[in-house]
Amino acid sequence: MNLKMRALLKNNAFQAIASSLLCIIGGLIIGFIVLVFINADGAWEGITDLVKNFFNYKNGTVALKYFGSTLVKTAPLLLCSLSILFCYKVGLFNIGAAGQYGLGAGIALYCALALDMPWWVCMILAAVAAGILGGLSGILKAYCNVNEVISGIMLNWISLYGVNILLTSVKETTSPYTMAVIGVNPDAIIPTIGLDKLFSNNQYVTLAVPLSIIIAIGIWVILEKTKFGYELKATGNNKNAAKYCGMAEKRNIIVTLVIGGALAGLGAAMFYLTGYEQWNCSASSVPAMGFNGISAAFLGGLNPIGSIFSSFFIQHITMGGAYLDKAFYCAQISDLISAIIIYLCGFVLFMKHLMNKGIAKSEEKEKRKNAEQVSAENTDKEGGK
Amino acid sequence: MTLLIEYTLLYASVLILVALGGCFAEHSGVINLGLEGIMVIGALGGALTMSTIATSFPDTSALVIVLVVIIISILFGVVYSALLAVACINFKGDQTIVGTALNILGTAAATVIVKAINTAADPDNVSSVVKYIQPKKAFLFDLGPFEFNWFMVVTIIALVAAYVTLYKTKFGLRMCACGEHPQAADSVGINVYKMRWAGVLISGALGGLGGIVYITAGVSEWKFEYGVAGFGFLALAVMIFGQWKPQRIALAALLFGLFRALSNVYTGFDFMVALDLPSGVYNMMPYIISLIVLALTSKKSRAPKAEGIPYDKGQR
Repeated sequence: MNLKMRALLKNNAFQAIASSLLCIIGGLIIGFIVLVFINADGAWEGITDLVKNFFNYKNGTVALKYFGSTLVKTAPLLLCSLSILFCYKVGLFNIGAAGQYGLGAGIALYCALALDMPWWVCMILAAVAAGILGGLSGILKAYCNVNEVISGIMLNWISLYGVNILLTSVKETTSPYTMAVIGVNPDAIIPTIGLDKLFSNNQYVTLAVPLSIIIAIGIWVILEKTKFGYELKATGNNKNAAKYCGMAEKRNIIVTLVIGGALAGLGAAMFYLTGYEQWNCSASSVPAMGFNGISAAFLGGLNPIGSIFSSFFIQHITMGGAYLDKAFYCAQISDLISAIIIYLCGFVLFMKHLMNKGIAKSEEKEKRKNAEQVSAENTDKEGGK
Repeated sequence: MTLLIEYTLLYASVLILVALGGCFAEHSGVINLGLEGIMVIGALGGALTMSTIATSFPDTSALVIVLVVIIISILFGVVYSALLAVACINFKGDQTIVGTALNILGTAAATVIVKAINTAADPDNVSSVVKYIQPKKAFLFDLGPFEFNWFMVVTIIALVAAYVTLYKTKFGLRMCACGEHPQAADSVGINVYKMRWAGVLISGALGGLGGIVYITAGVSEWKFEYGVAGFGFLALAVMIFGQWKPQRIALAALLFGLFRALSNVYTGFDFMVALDLPSGVYNMMPYIISLIVLALTSKKSRAPKAEGIPYDKGQR
């Protein structure tokens, strides 16, 4: 191993990216094997269709339009993954993001459809409501010692049924879906600020897409560059040490989950206020967006900037699942692949450990070699005397 | 009323089995958050066995059906839980991430498998439903006015066995030692890795069994896209409420089972129908109750001390 390569391998960012890529490759290989088992003939075509997503369209304008749609769904996913990674940095696993996302959707749609509010008010209220829900998990954790994973799951189901009840008052009479926002209250649609023109007039590409990226950068700044972020991370690393240093560890836990909840709720508002999809009031499963956020957060190496790319990738293959040949395969193959990717992310620590071990070994070898050389030179010199 | 009792006992059976599974894993020192996924996979094994029996061997005797279905469900659960054991015990992965991955993977894999089987049998059938109307009857037997289920008997056996194993055998006590202080256990010659593997595999067996009980409770077909609706996590709440002790877990499960059963049968009670609440309220009930119960009881929790921490031999 030469020096340059070793320096590269030692670099934290490189290690993170390399392990994420390994997870993706592993996920795709296992996904391919599953396709082969179901039907060997179409497997290669299936996996390439899935990875291609909008590139499946030969026509450039159509492909661009579907690229836009992928971005529309990436924005809420990015917000969910930010919610999870922000909490994870503080040592909390916010699996309740799915419920916070659901509640955000419920409040945003209710404010838009029943209360006739403009989009930015709907958005803020959705974030506030979801933040309170997250805060509830935080209070239970800080004061009652309830594991946030379990309280999060319970709140997921409670908020799902609650939102179903709430939105039944604004649903279409003939279908289980809520009324289209654009028909009832056009002011509640997030403005496109001209972005729709860039994506072949895809009216769903709105301010939400750039906003989500700005928020991701904002989260990175908070975590890495502020005292507040430092305190939160310190609480995550060692609760007792943080308490000893005079940090309010209970408050930090609650504040973290409030922010996490608000992020997920905001993500939901960013999606449902584009009018891309309506809420199904007889839904009997928690929105998958929150769980996909977990994949995106870990695949992104728990870095807000990494999350931007991993969210796009997860959304890309999730939507790519729709292009599989329906005669043999089902779209859930993409869920399977992202699930395998998260499972493999559990091995990331081990992969990094292997890389570091490899570096240490080669360094030691080099050192020994140098030492031998030096001693050989010394003996030469002595001989010359 | 009889219906309410039947459903309560059925759901309590599910919760007891799965909570005991969680209990074994945690006593050995591993938090098994993947129980939900393990339930789905166990249920998948059982459901596929039953539908195969219905189509290919329609005149199998009831006893054979019961035994085969139980064994296959357990087997599926054990194999699936090995994924958790490998990642968390040998590779020291984060138990929360791996558990969550197993939950998502369980539902996704079950959906893909069932859809592939359905589509292969009939190209127009793209649903994720498995039907098992006929073989399910093998599990039922009448006792007076009640319709009982063999699973309830199995649950009672499992409960007694769990109690005896945990507190009265060398194996169980050694396992508990690994969850409390693995270094101390190792110092007296107990193989911590083996014990944790055993804990996780037992939890896989009980979780898989719980899964098949859950999907046969009251229905004769299951749509695998739905997973098991957070039941694995309800079982973990039962386990915490039961303070990691089998006898208390059984009582806690009865309480939770009652609230879950109410959402199935509330239409049979006049005073509840008169309240005119949306059905969503009854669906929320078990989750709300479990949150309240957890808030009240978690403060003085008796969780195994070393749970959730990967065991590293070299660590002091």
